[in-house]
Amino acid sequence: MDIPYIVDERPDTGLTNVKLGIWLFLASEVMLFGALFSSYVLLRLMAPDWPVGADVLNVPMGTFNTAVLIGSSVTMVFAYASLQMDNLAGFKKFMGATIGLSLLFMVVKGFEYNHEFEIGNFPWTSTYLAIYFTMTGLHALHIVGGVVVNAYFLGPGSKLWETNKTQFTNRIEAAGLYWHFVDLVWIFLFPVLYLL
Amino acid sequence: MADVTTTEHTAQEAAEHEHEEHGHDEGFWRTYVFSVDHKVIGIQYAITGLLFLLFGFTLMMLMRWQIAYPGEPIPLIGQWLGDERAPQGIMLPEFYNQLGAMHGTIMVFLGVVPLAVGGFGNFVLPLQIGAPDMAFPKLNMASYWVFFVGGVVMFASFFVPGGAANSGWTSYAPLSVFATTGQTMWLLGMVCLITSSLLGSVNFIVTTIQLRAPGLSFMRLPFFVWTQLVTGFLLLLAFPPLEAAGVLQLMDRVAGTSFFMPSGLVYADAAWEASGGGSVLLWQHLFWFLAHPEVYVLILPAIGIVAEIVANNTRKPLWGYRVLVASLIFLGFMSFIVWAHHMFLTGMGTTMSAFFQTTTMIISIPSVVILSALFISLYGGSIRYTTPMLFALAFLPMFGIGGLTGLPLGLSAPDLHLHDTYYVIGHFHYVVAPGTLMALFGGIYYWFPKATGRKMNDMLGKIHFWGSFIAINVVFMPMFIQGLSGMNRRMYDGGVQYVMNQDVLYLNEVIGIGVWTLGFFQLFFIYNFFNSIKNGEKVGANPWNATTLEWEAPSPPPHGNFATPPVAHRGPYEYSVPGAEKDFLMQGEPDQTAAEPAKV
Repeated sequence: MDIPYIVDERPDTGLTNVKLGIWLFLASEVMLFGALFSSYVLLRLMAPDWPVGADVLNVPMGTFNTAVLIGSSVTMVFAYASLQMDNLAGFKKFMGATIGLSLLFMVVKGFEYNHEFEIGNFPWTSTYLAIYFTMTGLHALHIVGGVVVNAYFLGPGSKLWETNKTQFTNRIEAAGLYWHFVDLVWIFLFPVLYLL
Repeated sequence: MADVTTTEHTAQEAAEHEHEEHGHDEGFWRTYVFSVDHKVIGIQYAITGLLFLLFGFTLMMLMRWQIAYPGEPIPLIGQWLGDERAPQGIMLPEFYNQLGAMHGTIMVFLGVVPLAVGGFGNFVLPLQIGAPDMAFPKLNMASYWVFFVGGVVMFASFFVPGGAANSGWTSYAPLSVFATTGQTMWLLGMVCLITSSLLGSVNFIVTTIQLRAPGLSFMRLPFFVWTQLVTGFLLLLAFPPLEAAGVLQLMDRVAGTSFFMPSGLVYADAAWEASGGGSVLLWQHLFWFLAHPEVYVLILPAIGIVAEIVANNTRKPLWGYRVLVASLIFLGFMSFIVWAHHMFLTGMGTTMSAFFQTTTMIISIPSVVILSALFISLYGGSIRYTTPMLFALAFLPMFGIGGLTGLPLGLSAPDLHLHDTYYVIGHFHYVVAPGTLMALFGGIYYWFPKATGRKMNDMLGKIHFWGSFIAINVVFMPMFIQGLSGMNRRMYDGGVQYVMNQDVLYLNEVIGIGVWTLGFFQLFFIYNFFNSIKNGEKVGANPWNATTLEWEAPSPPPHGNFATPPVAHRGPYEYSVPGAEKDFLMQGEPDQTAAEPAKV
């Protein structure tokens, strides 16, 4: 007996296994980042003084990175749409762009971190910087994870396209959902840490 | 038309045959070690969990010696513990603290949960819903091996300088941030265990929702599957905040941040060098946000196992199945908003206390409903006193004592007196040890024939039961007396230095004797378990005359489980149906008289 509903949707739930799985995983991720955001709120509320993010961090760089990450989400959608239109070459082009933009985000983030370290801002300097480095660091780890998965689908993983187009498309949809989530976390992180 | 069906059927059988043969070719490592078969993974989880339970119990036996006979050398193994733990066999306070912290951690995260969820969930759940395997078999394997690495890290932490984590299983800051390297190992181990449980819970939920056999609607699911489903959601949503908390504490320890470190701390006669401004309460909130649902993760699978055994051995349907399911879901939901009843004495404020004691009283309602429904299920049944049934019957009052003694702790006023006393230890151990563990042992006796094709020895099982049942009450009942008289928990010398403890000190020795007796009776289980694998009485697919789908698969089920995909034709507990030929109707048996149910 093979495991059912890997490729096709189960009629009464309307879901494939991978789609339900990725949504559950994202629910768990919401709780992870939710706990960190709650910690941020609690620490800030009880702090006697708390710096305004814009005075410490480089807002233009953060804004640029926000645009980069949103751009990568758009190319991710195009990559998925290409597969739905039976266009593997288009998928490879847009998936490559997604990975490229993700790496660009990491490079900019690296410059930002480096600048903070140069002017003596470390995680142990203040609670604000501690939560900044922890949350953006954890987010960066999620980016790295996404890049690894996306690179796999661009490279060896794309062989599945030859044998089972639907299953491969489903996988890209799941990867896309994850990528949008990572993007969404940044869209919360940016105002909370840089602007407020 | 009929011809077409037959051809399809034959083709399918041929494909299955091929598949099975392919399974035989996988070799030792893929079949027994790095297996993707849910049954093998379930057994791996169960055996690892049982070994950790034994290890955690051994730690406790060492502690109970020190409590019963403070300052006397530990007999037999004391000499091998080493000078940094127990010079001349006399336990050091530092080592006592490590044992306490690691006993809790190991029993909860490496013992009971892996056995109850990883073991029983993996082995039984796919069979009960008529699925060929879990929805994501490779993820399932990854889940076990990440768990295994977490266990190794925890175990190895005993051998780093300063020994294992020693700040209690709750790892309260700032103590845990000051603590030795073992605490860092504890945090890394926890990250592994949390990742493992995340992979597992996603798998359980998807499997339950997606892979149910045709005809097996939600209201036809065995109650055990329901408990695993709710448990899956608790693990999925409650564990990540602890992961976040673990990351923050790791940052405090390794990167010198101050998430949990307030300003102005003095440690080892010097001001603590950190930016300060953190909150010790933040750790407690994040920890208990996991750890309270975790209590239900420990208890719900046990309730599920007991429900299966009770229905099977009373030969009648569970009383109030729908009420049970509704209570279970409500319980799962409420378990997320009761956590701060562990924190009444932290100074978080009376408004918070009032809120959390109210929700705590509310959550006791579904718990009582579930327990009552199981008790009422016994009424009017013709009870078979099999070994699993004895354990299930013991579970009911034991869990009842555990639950009812929790009520005074859930109210902020009596908690002032009882907090951090042996009363608390007695309370939650009644839930988890005589409660959950009894149910888990019952579950092992119940499903052992499915896993091996052989029954465990009944006589040895009954000796194991009666010995454990009496001894475990000797262990935990006196703790209520000690706690009510005000004896504090976590006392290295068993509390001899306090005046108010003098009248109840003799109970330390009573508990000690209970602990060693309890350990002795586990030998019957260990022998029975291994001996029955080879020499147990051979049985067929359905030795208990049970109704649920797992008993339609051969014992032991092959890779892929069922010869033909099962179809559910009725509810899970059709025992003693009036007018039926025998006293049980299996879920997969086609109904001869009524029309076929619509396939889903």
